[in-house]
Amino acid sequence: MQMADASLVLRGGSVVTPDGVRRLDVAIGEDIVVALEPTIHPPGGAVVLDARGCLIGPGLVDLHTHLRQPGREEAETVESGARAAALGGFTAVLAMPNTEPAIDSAGVARDVLALGRAALAEVAVSGAITVGRAGKALAPLGELAELGVRIFTDDGSGVQDGALMRRALDYAKGLGVTLAQHCEDDNLSAGGAMHEGCWSSRLGLPGIPAVAEESMVARDIQLVRLTGAPVHFLHLSTAGSVQLVRLAKAEGLPVTAEAAPHHMVLTHAEVVGYDPVFKVNPPLRTESDVAAVIAGLCDGTIDAVATDHAPHAPESKDVPFDEAPPGMLGLQTALPIAWQVLSPTLAPERIFALMSSQPAAIAGLTLTDWRRAGHSAQGGPLEAGATANICVFDPGAVTVVDAARLASRSRNTPYAGRSFSGAVRHTILRGEPVVIDAVAQR
Amino acid sequence: MRPHHLLSIADLGRDGIAEVLSVAEAFAEVERRSMPKVPTLRGKVVATLFFEESTRTRLSFETAAKRLSADVLSLAVASSSVKKGESLRDTVETVEAMGIDALIIRHASAGAPHRVAAWATRARVINAGDGWHEHPTQALLDCFTVRQVLAERKGAAPEELGVDCFEGLRVLIVGDIRHSRVARSEVLAYSALGARVTLAAPGSLLPPSLEGWPVTVASDFDAALGDTDVVSLLRLQAERGSGSFVPSLREYTAGWGLTTRRVALLGDEAIVTHPGPMVRGVEIASEVADLPRTVVTQQVTNGVAVRMAILFLLLGGEWPGVHADG
Repeated sequence: MQMADASLVLRGGSVVTPDGVRRLDVAIGEDIVVALEPTIHPPGGAVVLDARGCLIGPGLVDLHTHLRQPGREEAETVESGARAAALGGFTAVLAMPNTEPAIDSAGVARDVLALGRAALAEVAVSGAITVGRAGKALAPLGELAELGVRIFTDDGSGVQDGALMRRALDYAKGLGVTLAQHCEDDNLSAGGAMHEGCWSSRLGLPGIPAVAEESMVARDIQLVRLTGAPVHFLHLSTAGSVQLVRLAKAEGLPVTAEAAPHHMVLTHAEVVGYDPVFKVNPPLRTESDVAAVIAGLCDGTIDAVATDHAPHAPESKDVPFDEAPPGMLGLQTALPIAWQVLSPTLAPERIFALMSSQPAAIAGLTLTDWRRAGHSAQGGPLEAGATANICVFDPGAVTVVDAARLASRSRNTPYAGRSFSGAVRHTILRGEPVVIDAVAQR
Repeated sequence: MRPHHLLSIADLGRDGIAEVLSVAEAFAEVERRSMPKVPTLRGKVVATLFFEESTRTRLSFETAAKRLSADVLSLAVASSSVKKGESLRDTVETVEAMGIDALIIRHASAGAPHRVAAWATRARVINAGDGWHEHPTQALLDCFTVRQVLAERKGAAPEELGVDCFEGLRVLIVGDIRHSRVARSEVLAYSALGARVTLAAPGSLLPPSLEGWPVTVASDFDAALGDTDVVSLLRLQAERGSGSFVPSLREYTAGWGLTTRRVALLGDEAIVTHPGPMVRGVEIASEVADLPRTVVTQQVTNGVAVRMAILFLLLGGEWPGVHADG
């Protein structure tokens, strides 16, 4: 059929719908998907993108992106981070509030949102739970919620004080927002540079035991039970944490969880050469933890793959292991890694759900009347009338990671020289092809 | 094949350790001369970069280099540009730009010498102690000293014993193993040579995991003493916060110190080593420190010959009588 009002047509691909994959062309007019048909003849003047052999899914949504602006612009900016996101197939990212200053006031939140308006991916912000992320006093959650902030976290550290966390949950419940916890008991992890285990013992590096994470997951599940307020668990990394969340969900408690790609493919054995690109928090764990994280993603215990994209300027990683800040790049490698790890077990629509609809729902980005809300509806499903936020992924291609060619201002990828199956080909943001054939268009 | 750097005992293996001990024996002979200096490394430049306090290791390396006629530069961190915020990498690259052949580094961070080795373009890197990780030359000189004592008792030259004398040797490493780089290097060295290594320490001073370590842990320290050939004592690293890992120094000494009562449990032939500095009255009773079986002074003496061997083997100087390309 011919689409008179289509300005962009994706031809030859297969659309990932909630019910499965179907061979369909996609026509987009302005910022809206106008038709999905087996064959669409593009009108004259329409841009046509080749999608043969590709999956056409909803644009990816990252719950966990460190954009470093304001304060650490030498490592990343909203502009460069959003560019990396677009190249990774993301059409929205949730900026973490551990900037300098922290996103703990409407002023800082407004600045970051304004910077995101012209970016290659939509930028939503999460706010800090406590003032300056210092864990002492509640940040103005209400003021931030007024701006549309739906997720609050002190990420980078957990809220240590159980009474303060309880008060934050009681307060958040009334606002309809979700607290997201970086689970780490600072006393148990004090001084740690990597996972505590056989490798830390051999390498002589102070360790972060699994229990530092698990004890806070356990505490917060009890606080959810007490308050009834939802909690989202950030970057689960241990088998014990996954099991705690699994049991909490079975009980019907309002908890959600995410896992990072590096916790799906890398273990603490990577630290053997003391290269700080393998330093991250939570740290790379054991093979059985990796298996548990993957099992959690496959059985629905973990709701989202979230990158924890954490850029650091080269000079800050060019130091001895224990002196380096934790964190690794992740936006441009997330989908190929998830695909490689999960596609043997999960159908494409399940993988896209973990990276698009489910994180969008957790972050409150699935709005239908998006013009009023200030950002577009994210997370699909791709159907006529939906906002055209789209990721076109070629599962037959290969992503070879070249650190020098990443869009981030930083180079701290742990995957330099590695290959993963599948590659992001095109990204469509509100109808605009911002990435075509793996090249950013502006 | 010889390693390019000496970062860990694992870089050497059994044959590498045997070669170091053999070359060190030749240099020990040089040291006994009235003019203990050879032209072996003339024209080579060796730099010591000590980012952490040390007296004996630094002096030992510098003495070794000078006896080999190498030029020695020593970077005093306290008065260097490191204090002005220069990064380790820039410091290393600056020093290397001066034409350095070997960098001897001590650093409080485990793995710092590995980073330096990755950055260095031509200099050989020698680990003189990195955090809790390793102190390879200390373990080598401990093995060298033990073999020397065993040879002396047999009335043989150490060379004749080779490294077969370590086969089945019972080595007991005692104390703050968790925070000890000496312990990690000793475990690797002694076990590579075929010794049976046992650890004795309060639970809080053992590494969190011993998975993959070729050791057993003594359940009863006193009983273990009766069943050992070498006791390697370690210092309680109070300056690294180890003090809080035991209730008090008094309780540590009572449970894990080599007291006069405990030393009587040792067999007549058992040797006591200590990497120094000793804290008399804590891990070792003063009387025990002065017993003939306690070979601390011999260890210090041997440190120079062993470090001469390492410098020689890495920098490839000419040495008549010692095969130079293994």
